[in-house]
Amino acid sequence: MNDMSNKWIGARTIRPDGADKVTGRATYSADNTMPGMIWGKVLRSPHAHAVIRSIDTSKAEALPGVKAVVTAKDFVDFPIDKSVMLGIQDMRWMARNILAKEKALFHGHPVAAVAAISEEVAAEACKLIEVDYEVLPHVIEIEDAIKPDAPILHDWVRHEGKPSNIAGTMVLKAGDIEKGFAEADIVVERTFTTRPVHQGYIEPHACTVSHAADGRVTIWSSSQGQFMVRAMTSLLTGIPQSNIRAIPAEIGGGFGAKTIVYLEPVAVMLSKKSGRPVKIVMTRDEVQRATGPAPGSLMTVKIGAKKDGTLVAAQGTFYLQAGGLPGSPLRGPVGCSFAAYAIPNVLSTGYDVVSNRSKVAAYRAPGAPHGAFATESVLDEIAEKLGLDPLDMRVRNSAKPGDKAIYGATFGDVTFVETMDAIRKHPHYKAPLDKNPRPGVKRGRGVASGFWYNAGGESSVQVNITEDGNVVVTTGHPDVGGSRASIANVVAELMGIDHSRVNVIIGDTQTIGFSNLTGGSRVTFASAMVATASCEKVVGQLKERAAKIWKIDAEAVKWEDGMALPAGDNAGKFPPLSLKELAAKANEMGGPIGAQVQLNTTGADPGYATHCVDVEVDVDLGIIRVLRYTAAQDVGRALHPSYVEGQIQGGVVQGIGWALSEEYLYDKQGRVDNASFLDYRMPVCSDVPMIEAVVVEIPNSKHPQGVRGVGEAPIVPPLAAIANAVHDALGKRFYALPMSPPKVTARMDEA
Amino acid sequence: MSKMHVTTTINGEPVEFLADVSSTLLDALRGSLGLTGTKEGCGTGDCGACSVTVDGRLMCSCLMLAVEAEGKSIGTIEGMAQGDHLHPLQQKFLEMAALQCGICTPGVLISARALLEKNPDPTEEEVRFGLAGNLCRCTGYDKIVRAVLETAADMRESAR
Ligand code: FES
Ligand code: FES
Repeated sequence: MNDMSNKWIGARTIRPDGADKVTGRATYSADNTMPGMIWGKVLRSPHAHAVIRSIDTSKAEALPGVKAVVTAKDFVDFPIDKSVMLGIQDMRWMARNILAKEKALFHGHPVAAVAAISEEVAAEACKLIEVDYEVLPHVIEIEDAIKPDAPILHDWVRHEGKPSNIAGTMVLKAGDIEKGFAEADIVVERTFTTRPVHQGYIEPHACTVSHAADGRVTIWSSSQGQFMVRAMTSLLTGIPQSNIRAIPAEIGGGFGAKTIVYLEPVAVMLSKKSGRPVKIVMTRDEVQRATGPAPGSLMTVKIGAKKDGTLVAAQGTFYLQAGGLPGSPLRGPVGCSFAAYAIPNVLSTGYDVVSNRSKVAAYRAPGAPHGAFATESVLDEIAEKLGLDPLDMRVRNSAKPGDKAIYGATFGDVTFVETMDAIRKHPHYKAPLDKNPRPGVKRGRGVASGFWYNAGGESSVQVNITEDGNVVVTTGHPDVGGSRASIANVVAELMGIDHSRVNVIIGDTQTIGFSNLTGGSRVTFASAMVATASCEKVVGQLKERAAKIWKIDAEAVKWEDGMALPAGDNAGKFPPLSLKELAAKANEMGGPIGAQVQLNTTGADPGYATHCVDVEVDVDLGIIRVLRYTAAQDVGRALHPSYVEGQIQGGVVQGIGWALSEEYLYDKQGRVDNASFLDYRMPVCSDVPMIEAVVVEIPNSKHPQGVRGVGEAPIVPPLAAIANAVHDALGKRFYALPMSPPKVTARMDEA
Repeated sequence: MSKMHVTTTINGEPVEFLADVSSTLLDALRGSLGLTGTKEGCGTGDCGACSVTVDGRLMCSCLMLAVEAEGKSIGTIEGMAQGDHLHPLQQKFLEMAALQCGICTPGVLISARALLEKNPDPTEEEVRFGLAGNLCRCTGYDKIVRAVLETAADMRESAR
């Protein structure tokens, strides 16, 4: 079905949820209310690290207007010695993240929560909760946390037999690293640091929850997975999943960070205790302080190459911040950094480092941008030293189909070279660049590539034919930026009807089958595959109905342009039966028409991206501006090109922020010092140029439409691409991000 | 806390409401008035999700007290379309996919409309600076800027 001459697949249709979103009618998680609703508020730790000796809530409970108070005691206990996993999340850490148990592990760590008749009363009550803390020394940065005398966060964490803040290790190997480096003509080894960055969704976390008298729970919240909300809430509260209906509100951005819960279980217990629906909305300060971010990192990458640019050995050591509880995305840098290259000898090691900061959450291609910053910077340096074009050198080393990936899989399609070719052929790569346009200003160009696994996984879709002969599709995946539009295109195509006759909605946990998270660049891949299977079943039913009416074999009927037709002359001569006609006869011919398909999808091949960027550096002020940006990526097939481009453009600009301006600042007490959008500086409209997305489409042979996945890969190359461009401009390499004005001027002053 | 009575106009219709003296216009809109189309991303004037117009001037409604709406004319996203007839910016945003999650979209649209009312023929740079107060984390701004520029061109064309 990889026929590119489709009518709707690949069309820039108007999204089904569009009109509601441009008129303010779409309901996001903070927009819902319930009758009799009261307000929840979370009390947060004022210390970065402290033992919680006791919590006395009696004064708060006595305050007029307060309806309920909860602490960790009200939730299911997850003892430290017994791991309970939900996907990649360990519920021991989730439980301690939503409400601190033994210890407060970061400034802003939830300690208790109150529900009251107004937000003001709830906030007042929080102040009356008496927490007896034993304040401990804290540690924020990786460099400090791994020192032998560092304050230890968890006495149950051991590394190499000793108490440590290294809570986990991941190692991947291939070949013989010593031998590999011995064969190299050139070896470059560098150490890099990146700062934690927040996912920066504009919609703060919020939920409205009702625990009814009969024990049934309704949760209205935005997340990247209503089934995740249900499962985590069930585990943390002990309420069976059958009694929890998690309704996905429209989601105002997530980028990975809304793949876990913060508020929902807390609101459920407040609602249960108070007997009232409870709404909780985080402030931006709470979001920045206590949710996400992506980890900061300390990384050393060493790569050896032959004179002709052939890579012979690579070693990476990646320390990632986990925050106060274990669980940084080691598989990102450890598995992705070298994956796109056929390097015979590799040793890639990751360390999960706990420190007194908020627990990290997924952010687009979790961990991969870090590793790519280090690896792609070192590759740039090697190419420069060998006098090779940086893309030619990468092309020479691309992994090939059938190669064994360091993370275990065997590569099917490898479309890395195609992304590099797209850049090499692009006018941008060849355009002249005046490197000294004005006194005090330097310009440079850089390239870098990126790799992301992509993913399949569980997905459910219901396709129903309405009585008037139109189509309603229900999927189980929250739509973070155009998946409904993509599925509408697929279904219109397969049913052979006009796009306007297809409506796609997102079901809640009790109305559609299990569907895994919207994340990992998996949703369009998985849901298009499942929608295709549903449509095939529905078309099968329609053909059977037509066959019955015509009294011929179902095999003798074909479906074309939204109509059943006799498959050939031998089938007999009958006037076509349209979808509308068949729908009108549905009940007399065997009942309603529709099919739900639930699958664990497989076959998502990796995504590759190559980016090219021009920057301009104001040498005196240290300001770096991106002048031009071109991002090529193989997406397999763009079901809706506009939203594919949008994902790429958005990912790139997040990468620009990561490279140039975003970072967490902490004060001496271990408190976040810039928990606002004013001081945590994400790119604004005037900071960036147009981002040219070059959408490469080499269909994935394992997917009915050829889809690979889009959302993660675009954020992998920008950090290195920009650093490489800055090096081209200044002749200086930056090994630490962000390359913000104070850091750039300090570096210029060194010279 | 005693409340104050506010008489104002919202999207052309007379409205009266009661507000705490300390509550913001955003709280009033999203709360008792039920106009949740205006979004809250920060509450500190840094994201533009709460953009409204006050007597035609672009404002962050999170930075204005509800009681300051007295006697003013407020414009919110709910009043941007005329019934089923979308404003050209709204229509263009749909056609050009200038939104992904859409949480910034009401604020961006209100800002863009205010920009085009002041400057019907903006350059790309003027659009970028005009919208610099509206954070969008999804789109990288590319399609937003293009949609505003194209709408401006269409509106100039139809005004001729
Ligand atoms: S909510 Fe008003 S500017 Fe962000
Ligand atoms: S579309 Fe999501 S923040 Fe702009």
